[in-house]
Amino acid sequence: MSDDRIVLSPEQKKRRRTRSIAIAVVLAALVVLFYAVTIAKMSVNLEGVGG
Amino acid sequence: MSLVERHDSTTAAAAAWDGGTGSVGDYFALLKPRVMSLVIFTALVGIVLAPGGLHPVLAGTALLCIAIGAGASGALNMWYDADIDRVMTRTAKRPVPAGRVTGDEAFAFGMTLACGSVLMIGLAVNLLAAGLLAFTIFFYVVVYTMWLKRSTPQNIVIGGAAGALPPVIGWAAVTGSVSLESIVLFLIIFMWTPPHFWALALFKSADYEAAGVPMLPVVRGAQSTRNHILVYSLLLAPVGLTPTLIGLAGPVYGVAAMALGAVFVWLAVDVWRRREGPLATRAAVRLFLFSIFYLFALFALLLAERLVTLAFSGALFGWGG
Repeated sequence: MSDDRIVLSPEQKKRRRTRSIAIAVVLAALVVLFYAVTIAKMSVNLEGVGG
Repeated sequence: MSLVERHDSTTAAAAAWDGGTGSVGDYFALLKPRVMSLVIFTALVGIVLAPGGLHPVLAGTALLCIAIGAGASGALNMWYDADIDRVMTRTAKRPVPAGRVTGDEAFAFGMTLACGSVLMIGLAVNLLAAGLLAFTIFFYVVVYTMWLKRSTPQNIVIGGAAGALPPVIGWAAVTGSVSLESIVLFLIIFMWTPPHFWALALFKSADYEAAGVPMLPVVRGAQSTRNHILVYSLLLAPVGLTPTLIGLAGPVYGVAAMALGAVFVWLAVDVWRRREGPLATRAAVRLFLFSIFYLFALFALLLAERLVTLAFSGALFGWGG
């Protein structure tokens, strides 16, 4: 079995954790954004239908 | 082999990998937040000045996408320019030249944001805004960073187009078109860019020379640069007045733009007159700092006038146009 895996130092692990949290926050924000954009576009389209 | 032994044997491989050390702050720095703030502000003015209306959520999304697209351009610029950034004192501490983020990481980060922002503005707002944003990123990264910056002293004159496009994208996001008014906003930033960066280059020319970047003071000398600054300042002052002339702005803006343009020209004349010594450097620094204030003030006045007009017409809190 090959042993060429990369092992992270404690500092790298700590930074990876903060980056992971930041990515999670961004993904959650994107979910909210996509939802808000969908609702906004639907409301604009409905106004168009309603005249 | 026990787990402990296996861990020890892989430590050598780990030492060979220099990635994964960037903090969240380093990735934020890749976005060039100070440049991004100017992009956000000018794009916001484009959105607010544009006739018609855009749903606030969609307007906010457009602004976010323009900001992220600008950040992506910054990250890709830092990926490509790491070799010259390493040489210049102003840029040596950036995440890539300092070794905190690898070139591959910066490239992947920049490309992800570039594709994501263009896709998002295309889906949420309109295809013209998406096309303009994609063109802006392409122009800044490929035309300016990869080609012009290292090959001609006119690099920032042509490359300045990328920095001038955000209000046009903002305008296109609302109207779905490019009109004379948005071109005027483009021209103000386009004409402002050369004297702004040449003033900086005058007191940072040693940096550019060491990095081999053919900025005007390095290639043609300080005096030629001063002549260029003066000519562009004389052209910029009337361009700054144009919004009033075409009815995009009112008389308050017109009077302020005239006064600010006069100060800009006066400072450019000062740079032109003082050719040597600490007074010459001081004059260049003063013009550089004032140029930032000048652009901010012009766009802030455009924004303020428009908001006041909307408030009086009762349309400030509506988006139907």
